[in-house]
This record gives sequence, C-alpha cells and structure tokens, in this order.
Amino acid sequence: MNKIANKQEICNVLLEASAQDKDIIVLCSDSRGSASLVDFAKERPAQFVEVGIAEQNLVSISAGLASCGKKAFAVSPASFLTTRSMEQAKVDVAYSNTNVTLIGISGGVSYGALGMTHHSANDIAAMASIPNMRVYLPSDHLQTGKLIRALLQDKKPAYVRVGRNAVEPIYDEATISFEMDRAMVVTEGQDVAIIACGEMVKPAKDAAELLKSKGIMARVLDMYCVKPIDEAAVIKAAKETKAIVTVEEHTIYGGLGSMISQITAAHCPTKVINMALPDAPVVTGKSQEVFDHYGLNAKGIAKTVMELI
Amino acid sequence: MNLQLKACDIRKDIITLIHRAKTGHIGGDLSVTDILVALYYKHLNTTPENIDNPNRDRFILSKGHSVESLYCVLADCGFFPKEDLKTYSAYASKYIGHPNNKINGIEMNTGSLGHGLSVGVGMALAGKMDMRDYRVYAVMGDGEMEEGSVWEAVTAGAHYKLDNLTAFVDRNHLQISGTTENIMMQDKQEERWAAFGWHVISILGNDIDALDQAITEAKTIKGIPTVIIANTTKGCGVSFMENQAGWHHRVPTDAEYEQAINELNQRRAQYE
Repeated sequence: MNKIANKQEICNVLLEASAQDKDIIVLCSDSRGSASLVDFAKERPAQFVEVGIAEQNLVSISAGLASCGKKAFAVSPASFLTTRSMEQAKVDVAYSNTNVTLIGISGGVSYGALGMTHHSANDIAAMASIPNMRVYLPSDHLQTGKLIRALLQDKKPAYVRVGRNAVEPIYDEATISFEMDRAMVVTEGQDVAIIACGEMVKPAKDAAELLKSKGIMARVLDMYCVKPIDEAAVIKAAKETKAIVTVEEHTIYGGLGSMISQITAAHCPTKVINMALPDAPVVTGKSQEVFDHYGLNAKGIAKTVMELI
Repeated sequence: MNLQLKACDIRKDIITLIHRAKTGHIGGDLSVTDILVALYYKHLNTTPENIDNPNRDRFILSKGHSVESLYCVLADCGFFPKEDLKTYSAYASKYIGHPNNKINGIEMNTGSLGHGLSVGVGMALAGKMDMRDYRVYAVMGDGEMEEGSVWEAVTAGAHYKLDNLTAFVDRNHLQISGTTENIMMQDKQEERWAAFGWHVISILGNDIDALDQAITEAKTIKGIPTVIIANTTKGCGVSFMENQAGWHHRVPTDAEYEQAINELNQRRAQYE
C-alpha cells in the first residue's frame, strides 16, 4: 500500500478546493516546506500568506482574514502553534469564533531526537481546554482528506494535528465510511475496546490482529474526533466490552485517555488503562524508537490487553 | 457636528456608566475618547445599518480595557440601545468589561493585549486580496507596546505594504503600576515605528482637530501603513484624574462623580 503523509493529503485537498474557492487562504510561519505546502505556495501565490517565524502573528492574522470572510488555514509545527500561540487561539480564534483551522504539523514526537522543544505531547490538552475549539487527530490520509473537506463546509474553529511521517492506510478508498464527529470502527469485538487517535490507530489495529490469533476479539475505535468526542461510542464500548485501553501520542494528562476515563466514570464505570507518553521529557530517538520504548506499538498494546483481561 | 461637544458628552456617559456599575478602566477610557470620537463621528463608514457590509471600515479596540468608552460611542451611534448599558458588568449581561463580538458593532474580541494589530493586519490583507477600499483601524495602549507580538504585527504590516491599515498608540505615559518609563522603557515610539517602515504621525491625541487631520493624512499615504502616536493625557477632562496612575481603574465616589460631571459641563460650555 502507498504510504502518504497526512500533511501531504491536506495540501492536496486544499490545492484542489482552492482552485474554485478563492476564499481559501493558507498561512505558514516559515513552515511551507515542513508542511508540504511548497506546491500550494507556488500554484496559489494569491492565496498563500507567509508570516515568517511568528506563530502568534500567524494565528491572529488568520483570525483577521477569517473575520473578513476568508477560510483561513494556519499551518505550523504543532509544538509552536498550540502552546506559543495558545493565547491567540483562545481569544482570536475560539472566543471570537472565527473560521480558522489550525493545522499542527509534525505533531507528537514526530521530530524525534530534536527534543522536547519540538515535541507537542500536550497539544490535545492545550487545545481541548479552550471552549469552542474542536480537536481532530486523523489516522490516515483517506480520513484526513475527508476531515479537511468536511471542515471546509463549516465556519467553526478547529485544530487538526498530523504527524510528520508517511503513514500506512487504515481504510480502503472504496469502503471508507466517514461521519463528522463520529468515531470510526476499525475492527469489531466484544472482549476489549482499544480506543486510539492519530498515528496510534495503526498499532491499535495491528494489536487487534495479534489478539485475534490468541482468541481475543478487540474492538478498535478510531477516535479522530477527540473533541467533540464521540461519547456514545465510548459508552457503548464500555457497556459491550470487558475493559478499555486508550492509546495516544500525547502526555498521560489531559488527552484522549483522560477524556475517555471521565466519560466512563460518569456514565458506565469500567476498567480503563491509558497508554500514553510519560509526564517527563521523552527518551531520545526517532518517533518509532520512542513509541517502542514506551510500548506504544502493536506488541505493547496487545500485552496491555492480555494483562488486563 | 461639533466633535468637541460630542467628546464632552461621551466622557460624561463614560463616567456615569462606571459610577453606576462601580467598575471600569476610567483613566484609559478618558485618554482614548477623542480618538474614538474622531473615528466614529467623522471617518469610519461603519453604521448600524451596514455592519454586515463587506465594504465597511473595520475598527479594533486592541486596548480592550477601554471598552466603556467604546460602549458609550457605539450606543450613541445607535449600534444598540443606550438602555442596554444599564446591564454593563451585571450578572449574565453581554456587556462585559472587554469588547466581544456578540455586541453589534464590535468586530473582534479583545482584552488580552498585543492581539489587535495582528488581527488588523489580517483584515487589511483581506481587503487587499478582495480589492476592497475599506480601511482598518487598530487602537493600542502605550503599555501594550511591551507585548512582543505587537512588533510581529508591525513587521508584517510594513512587509505587506498595508496602506489601508492605521494604528493608533494611545500614548498617555501611564499603565496600571505607574509610568510607562518606570515599568518598561517606551521612549522614541516615533523612531521605533519609523524604523519598521511605517509612516509616523505624532500629535496631541486629545486634540480632535489634530486627530482629524492625522486620520485624513493617513488615507493619502500609499505603500506603507500609518501609525498615529496620539500623545494623550490619562484621565483627560477631569482634573483630579489626569495623569494619575491610581485612576487606571478606580471608581469615583458620589462626590467625585458630581465634581467630574461639573468639570465636564464647564468644559462643554467653552465649546458651545
């Protein structure tokens, strides 16, 4: 299967849609190369705004454009976009309710050995804590494409986090069934539910295969819509399976796992194990090495499930 | 319209509003009043009838804590009933202590300093993209110049040659803890903005005629944005509030209220 980076798919969709829709404006903070937006900048110069290395300005300028009818896409490394510009995201985007989509590229530990300055292991917590800010972590390029097309149809603020690397498809182009703000069922199962988002959906899916060979049927939910989270799917999983394992490329606090634990505690108490990055600077390594170190891979997820049920 | 008289009336409205609600940033309200009056009664094409018109001029009160001044101007211009302001700062009111765009006539939510000029850059860029001839005005405080993000916006405004953008610095030399010079050096504003590539006009910012001329001049400048350094007096118009950092957000007592209104009535009589 062709591996395509989700950020490349974002560029493809925006390039295609902007041919007709001249209100689509893409903004970068000296990040067009790392965002795979060089082609967009070349082909749509009138719809591309470079703000230089100034992420706060990036977000506020986007909000100003949006307030004048533009569909602004502010694209910058997730680490800087979400916390350096958090104030601008809160006030100028979410609170002012402007049609800005914040695209955090190279999210999580994508930058690997570049270290904690470049990691965004707290972006879900930061963005999800802001009222009127939606948070999406798509898993593969097909879902990413569907998500960006859906976001082009509404006028509300959103944050989308994607990774740096090309990822294997989770879905099939012919059969993918996407509904906005509804978790996607990757595999069906009644023994355990594995709920993951972003690049962790792939190892969750692979873990389900490993478990199947041991007679354990895992329900894998792709919770790309971290906020608004699909609460009904979580409650259903809590009721219909014996336990839940959450998996995310994010710190243990304030991310997908925290939210799912809140929902189950309130509506359907069940055992929930949160698999995530530690509350500490992560080990040095390429992103896959970091995942492997913390057991955020198919084997590690399967092991957690086996110990749980 | 006699703008001097209007400015006196707006000042009385501000003081009445703050005295009644027992809250508000009275010093900055009074220093920025003339800027708002010059814009809303002389220059902005924005009216209650065209608030959705894409060709309307855009105004951003980046020093959002002076919202009482903006409320009084907007109400007087008919963007919402003056009666509404009786709920200012009251439980569940939408008339809160900083601008928010749930209120007719307010474009963007402000209150966190250092955002408004960047937002204005975005609005001005949109105007250029769509070849519209509206103008964008952003009013900042001089203490606000301490926010680093302001200078990101100043750089971008010049880079994109936004001659449809006019910034104001309400240079009243005071911020909540004392003089701007003691808190963080703010000298040479004119040189700073000029060095970033802006057309700089420095005037007495409580002089309506000077403001009128400066705004008119800004409209004639092509290829670069304009900043109007408005050298103002914090608490302008009320003798005991002028140049007093303590009046940043003090609420007048009943006696102080009476004295302030009397002083403004006397000031008004001079212009009649």
